[in-house]
Amino acid sequence: MSVTSHEHEVDAATGTATTGHEWDGIRELNTPLPKWWLYIFYATIVWSLGYWVVYPAIPLASSFTKGVINYSSRAEVTAEVAQLTSARAPMVAQLAKASFDEIQKDTKLLTFARAQGKAAFGDNCAPCHGAGGGGSKAFPNLADDDWLWGTGTLDDIQTTLTHGIRSTDPQTRQGNMPAFGDGVLKPAEISAVADYVRSLTVLDVDKTADLKLGQKIYVENCAACHGEDARGNHDLGSPNLSDQIWLYGSDKATIVEGITKGRGGMMPNWGERLDAGTIKALAVYVRTIGGAR
Amino acid sequence: MAQTGSIGRLPAQKAMTFGEMGLSVAAVISAVLWVYITANAWTPEYAFHAGLFALASVVTVFLIVNRYQARPAELPTQEINGKPNYNFGPVKFSTIAAMFWGIAGFLVGLIIALQLAYPELNLGLPWTSFGRLRPLHTSAVVFAFGGNVLLACSFYVVQRTCHARLAGDLAPWFVVLGYNFFIVIAGTGYLLGITQGKEYAEPEWYSDLWLTIVWVTYFIVFLATIIKRKEPHIYVANWFFLAFILTIAVLHLGNNTTIPVSIFSSKSYIVWSGVQDAMIQWWYGHNAVGFFLTAGFLAIMYYFIPKRAERPVYSYRLSIIHFWALIFMYIWAGPHHLHYTALPDWAQTLGMTFSIMLWMPSWGGMINGLMTLSGAWDKLRTDPVLRMLVVSVAFYGMSTFEGPLMSVKAVNSLSHYTDWTVGHVHSGALGWVGYVSFGAIYCLVPWLWNKPKLYSLKLVNWHFWISTLGIVCYISAMWVAGIMQGLMWRAYTALGFLEYSFLETVEAMHPFYIIRAFGGGLFLAGALIMVWNLYKTIVMPAEEIEARITPSLVPAE
Repeated sequence: MSVTSHEHEVDAATGTATTGHEWDGIRELNTPLPKWWLYIFYATIVWSLGYWVVYPAIPLASSFTKGVINYSSRAEVTAEVAQLTSARAPMVAQLAKASFDEIQKDTKLLTFARAQGKAAFGDNCAPCHGAGGGGSKAFPNLADDDWLWGTGTLDDIQTTLTHGIRSTDPQTRQGNMPAFGDGVLKPAEISAVADYVRSLTVLDVDKTADLKLGQKIYVENCAACHGEDARGNHDLGSPNLSDQIWLYGSDKATIVEGITKGRGGMMPNWGERLDAGTIKALAVYVRTIGGAR
Repeated sequence: MAQTGSIGRLPAQKAMTFGEMGLSVAAVISAVLWVYITANAWTPEYAFHAGLFALASVVTVFLIVNRYQARPAELPTQEINGKPNYNFGPVKFSTIAAMFWGIAGFLVGLIIALQLAYPELNLGLPWTSFGRLRPLHTSAVVFAFGGNVLLACSFYVVQRTCHARLAGDLAPWFVVLGYNFFIVIAGTGYLLGITQGKEYAEPEWYSDLWLTIVWVTYFIVFLATIIKRKEPHIYVANWFFLAFILTIAVLHLGNNTTIPVSIFSSKSYIVWSGVQDAMIQWWYGHNAVGFFLTAGFLAIMYYFIPKRAERPVYSYRLSIIHFWALIFMYIWAGPHHLHYTALPDWAQTLGMTFSIMLWMPSWGGMINGLMTLSGAWDKLRTDPVLRMLVVSVAFYGMSTFEGPLMSVKAVNSLSHYTDWTVGHVHSGALGWVGYVSFGAIYCLVPWLWNKPKLYSLKLVNWHFWISTLGIVCYISAMWVAGIMQGLMWRAYTALGFLEYSFLETVEAMHPFYIIRAFGGGLFLAGALIMVWNLYKTIVMPAEEIEARITPSLVPAE
């Protein structure tokens, strides 16, 4: 300790006088305010006063001071949105009029449609189908050339986007995988047909599986929608069961679950939320990441 | 200690004090009321809380009667042999509570950091979902850990610097126990889904009313102690404590002006509506930072740094000027949380300009903290506790520069809603509030439990370096992530479309979320080392600690 307890004693280490007070052994030096600190403090006050003159700042009885440049954040965002809209307007108008054939022939229009479609896809479709369109369980992969509804033509995709699948739209795509467990098939029969379906795609099947029974049940109950050859039906949205692509999973338990309880994923009718041009752009974009048959 | 006062006097007639009697009666009434509410509560969650209130009321009666039977006729005296008879019981309780809640709060912070990186850790259960654990984390670290540190330090510092025993007999205990009961109600409420949905003010109406009672008692105890001080002047730390206690009371009342649906329901509705509600919320929210986490902890800094460094405070004048400037400016700065919203432009302007003017008043505290070290800088080499205190002031300086910067509308348009804000908050929370609290607790524990020194300065050193590494990982990850996020959100393609979808920005955050969780894990590990060190300090006899102090750790001078 370099300081004595006398009042107004000078602190030896700094050469500054103390205030003469002491609390629990703590003293205070009487150092003046640092000049740089004071001047920056003044500068911020002066700057603020200037800002109040230039920008809206002081509340009045029923309004407020508008500032010399008459700034408004509402006007600023409106102007920014208007600028963006007008910059896109010519191409948006062209896209709205163009048919899919015209879009595909016009490189500039096609590039614009893909760009708009990519942005719209990220905001609207990616939450279910993934940022790259890769899909996940119950949400189809859009980046391959396997299509549930239609064959992946631009018109097919546009229809699906506009009206949705099992949506509230009157023209929605509607197909129904019934719950065969509700009194139609017995658990043993469901097990047999599940084994049979797995055998179609060369998946391992238990040696004790009754594939003959499975086939019989398939023909009687499943073939109407999924086809005799199990290649599905694009008009009914019934999946191809003879390929390696599975919407819910290829393990037996998942297949048994699907047959027992039925399936029926839902896609919204985007025509209700997005304008026709955006849907057109989305169709072009989805067609780009996937492919048609 | 209590018996010493009655030596040499005739044994007084033992009677219940007014406080003992009054509090018992109040607790009995409260018990009856809460049993009635428990029986009629509309939801099991609220019934559980009402039951806790009833139980706490019964326990209060039991504790008071028990104390009355065990105590001598006379209450502890104000002085013993001319020296103040300090009341350190509530200080000890709050110190231990702070360590407990600190570990709990840091742990929940780590869990939710991991949930952001790996959403499966939400476990698909409502009670463990991010939405419920996040307020549990913020309340546990700010109000439970920070609050108990403030209670402990304010009750310690006000006694020492006023040279007077804490005012009140039961009141200080009522404050610390009542406050911690509030924490329990708030925390369990979040897990059960009871919230009024206001950030940092989530507890519902009945918890708010309870906190009001506790907080007013706190204010009275603190003020009464200052009034009966034996020192001619009020020390600067006490100005800051008083500003903190008073302003938090005002903020709490303003932002929790709600009308309950029924006394049998936990639900209430706020009287403010629309943008007024948002404005009140951020007037509250920003000043919770300003008065709880800044003014309160500056008070801690103003006592513990000069004390530990054994140096006089750098500038008395600076302390006065920056105190008044700070409390005057801070209260206006809230609107900067609502830039580019429905809040009128004039309010946004005021919020931003007052934040800029707040820069130097904030730095006044940093200058006074750092410059108090002049003549004692060498102690930083040998004393990791002092180093922690000084580094806390450095973090304080950094985040009080960053805050005004982020309040500028042009910067805010990039930083707002991004993880930059989270990084900014944590440089203040981990670096400033955390370190100044750790430093103060490292000082307090040997003083309170009459130990010559801490069990191990080496462990303090480990704590310091591990958690510093953690803080650096945390805040730099959040800076990079936040600025990247802000830039991705505003990026447009040449054709005039947003370049990135929101999902892509979320994916881009993933590696930084892992680094952040790693940093948070290190901070927690450091705190666990601290708890071990303090536990050993408390339980080890003073002579053994004395013997542990090796000759290699000679004082710096």
